[in-house]
Order: sequence, then C-alpha cells, then structure tokens
Amino acid sequence: MQDIAFYIFAALTLICGFLVVFNPLTRNPVTSAMFLVLTIISMAGLFVLLHAFFLAAVQILVYAGAVLVVFVFVIMLLDLKEEERRKINFIGVGLALLSVASIFYIFVARVISKSELAQKTAIATVEGDTKSIGFLLFKEYLLPFEVLSLLLLVAVVGVILLSKKDLK
Amino acid sequence: MNLEFLLLSGLKVIGVFALVMPMIAYSVMAERKISAWIQDRIGPNRVGPQGMLQPLADGIKFLLKEDFTPGHVRKAYFWLAPAIAMVPAFLTMAVIPFGSAIGNQKMVIADLNIGILYTFGIVSLGVYGIVLAGYASNSKYSFLGGIRSSAQMISYEIAMGLAVIPVFMLVGDLNLSKVIEYQSNHGWLILYAPFSFVIFLVSSFAETNRLPFDMPESETELVAGYHTEYSSMKFALFFMGEYANMISASAMMVTLFFGGWTLPWFSEPALANQWLMGALHIGVFITKMLAFMVVFIWARWMLPRFRYDQLMDLGWRRFLPFALFNVLAYAAWLWMRS
Repeated sequence: MQDIAFYIFAALTLICGFLVVFNPLTRNPVTSAMFLVLTIISMAGLFVLLHAFFLAAVQILVYAGAVLVVFVFVIMLLDLKEEERRKINFIGVGLALLSVASIFYIFVARVISKSELAQKTAIATVEGDTKSIGFLLFKEYLLPFEVLSLLLLVAVVGVILLSKKDLK
Repeated sequence: MNLEFLLLSGLKVIGVFALVMPMIAYSVMAERKISAWIQDRIGPNRVGPQGMLQPLADGIKFLLKEDFTPGHVRKAYFWLAPAIAMVPAFLTMAVIPFGSAIGNQKMVIADLNIGILYTFGIVSLGVYGIVLAGYASNSKYSFLGGIRSSAQMISYEIAMGLAVIPVFMLVGDLNLSKVIEYQSNHGWLILYAPFSFVIFLVSSFAETNRLPFDMPESETELVAGYHTEYSSMKFALFFMGEYANMISASAMMVTLFFGGWTLPWFSEPALANQWLMGALHIGVFITKMLAFMVVFIWARWMLPRFRYDQLMDLGWRRFLPFALFNVLAYAAWLWMRS
C-alpha cells in the first residue's frame, strides 16, 4: 500500500515537474505555475509517507498556498502573449541541464552513497513531528535559523525599497 | 492499514458528507429567510410547507438550466476552477472532531497530530479556485475579482494564522482533539484568548468572501466578480463552495474557542456503550456550528461593504501587528507562569 502510494507520488512529482519547464501543449506561464503547485502537493505526499507530517503541511501552506499564489498573481498581470511567442533559449536550456546534472551528481556521489548518513536520516524521519523540529530549530540550530530569517528580512526590506519610487 | 480502518473511515467520510450537503442547501434557505426577516419581507414560502422544500427546487433549477460556456474563456481552467473552489472546503472538515465517540470510534475522520496546520494548508489552497475562475473567464470584471480575492485571502490568512498561535501555546499541542480535551478540563478557550477569537472571526469573513468583505464579487463594482461568466451547475459549485467554507469556518471556531462538542457541565467523552451520549455530543457540536452560521448570515445583512483599501489596511496595519503583539503577550505570560 505504502509502496504503491510512493510510486504514485514520485511519478506525479516528476511528471508535473517536467511539465513545469517543458509543456508540449502550451507555453502559458500560468499552466507552468499550476503544474508547480501540483509538484509541490505531490512532494508533500512523499513527506507524509516519510511520517514528516509537519513538513508536508508547511510545504503546502507556504509554497502551494502562499508563494505560488503570489506567482500566479504576478504572472496573470503580465503580458502573456509575448511570453508565449518567445523562442526557446538554447543556452539557457544547456545551462539548466548542466546545473541539474551537477546537483544530481552531488546527491548521488556525496550524499546517498555515504551509508552512515543515510542511516542517520532514517532515524531522523521517525521523530519528525512538530515538537522535535521545534526543539532542533530553536535549540540546536538557533543561530543558522535566525540568520536565515534575517536574510528573509533583508529581502523584504529590499522589495519595499524597490517598490517605493519616491522614498522620503 | 487494515480493512476495518478503511471501512470505518469511509463510513465517517460519507457520514460527514451526507450531513454537510443538506446543511449547505438549508444554509442558503436560512440566508434567504433571515434576510427576509431583517428586511421585513416574507421570503421564500411557496415550495412545500413554509417554503421548506425551496433548496430542492433550487437544486433542480441549477441542474436543468443551460450550462453556457462563453466563447472567449480558457476552457480547461474554466472547467477546473469550480471544482477547485469546492474541494478544499470539504477537505478541511477531515480533521475537525465533531463528537466524542460512538462505540470505540473517535468522531473525527483523521486525528492528525498537526491538525491546525493541515487546515491552514488546505484553506490556503482554496484561493486557487477563485483566482483561476477570474483568469479563465478572460474578462475584466472576473479578472479583477480574482486578483482582489488572491490579495485578500493571502493577507487575512496571515492574520488568521497568527491569531490562533496563542491558543496552541496554551494547549501545547496542534492536534484538535487535544484542544478540545484542554477545553473540557480548563474551560472554553474564548475565556483565555478573546482577542484571538475576534481576529479569527473577522478574518474568517474575509477568507470566506462574505460581506462585509465580499470584494471579489461586489456586484456594484464588478457585476458578479470572479463568477460573472459562470452559469448553471458551475455557478452552483462556487455558491456551494462559499457555504461549505462558512460551515468549516464555523466548525473551526467552535472547535478552537467554544469547546467543540463539550458543554461546561457536559464534557465527559462518551464511553464505548453510551451510544446516545455520543450522538448527543454530535448534536451539541452541530448546534454550536449553526449558531455561527447564523452570525455569518446576520452580519451579511447588517453591515455595508468595506472599501478595498480599508480592507487591506485593516488586515495589514491593524490585525497583523495586533496579532503579533498578542502572541508576544501570551508568550511572556506563559513564561512568567512556568
């Protein structure tokens, strides 16, 4: 049962992810964004199968429910006709393939092949509930967590600065 | 994952669905009746005794009317949007404990330990139905409605999410069954977190696109907003989605702030052999929920619509700082107490 669910979610993630970047039927960016939503939801399904319910819920809440709504919001306001007419940029495709290949290499060669690390993550998933994540974030990794949130704050301030043309 | 679990869960899903669908139909009926009383009219009274069969007539009308698809719409999204608007409202009901127990079964479809996060996740998906409807209709009014709703719902989701944090800081668990357990031991959470409740109540009006915050479909400005181009059953799905959203918002408020299925003197969970008690608990829950539905309906006919900038101002410049301060205050209080 769980194996079947894994294969369904994994296939959905991959297929939808592929359709985000390359959709043979349409080049409408809204469609791409909607497939990204589906990708994220099926990834949340994978998290549920790992018993990481908190991550699954936050994945949907933050990415599918907030970030991508804003994406769609902005895309809808743009001139989509021009985007649909644009030619495929082959340098961009090449660079994208290269970066995906290198990320894949890092994963396979450096992470998965080290069996001790694989064992460690297997233990971590068992206690992936809200409480243990909270303890980890606010006790063990407090400084990196705060630095990350500072980074987000910088981005927010930057956006406000850019959007206000006549700042006094 | 045995057969018994699947069977009982399926039974609960069907039970909740069978209960909520007529509730939606009769909420529409109640809306028309209450609006008539408020405006000193009679209201629907032709179909059946006292007009009680009006929902049936409405349903038949929705099914039999021509389902017209205008030529300028984006077909795929046009068909998809009403379904996406309807589904999340039902999914949120999965984690709500609507009773204590009947037999050995807890009266909740999925007793998730992340309860409230699941609800907020699903609620945040609800906006896609409206946004896509606005986009698919390919007309100015619908589009403006869709844009308004996405901005409105994101803004108020943040206020709503921050508002309930004190509740879970008090309870110490995200599971909604635990929230009710806490309330049966310590009293209703409205007493402990009244400000959270006020923010949550107002935000839920914005989240369900109800007056005074029904900017996405304000008739005086946008014809009918995001569902201007929709007709027949597709329109009915949006309509039912709105009421389903109201029902789940009411259920959330009852669960979080008004003790769920408990009453102050009637809060022991039913034992395995007390079937009647279990049924009574469900009855208590539904009664409380209906009270909130009446509040939703009543507010619609008493308050004028906000302006859009006022709505955004209220969400971002009043509720957000206030909710943050609320969280801080409860954190300080709990820290001092411990």
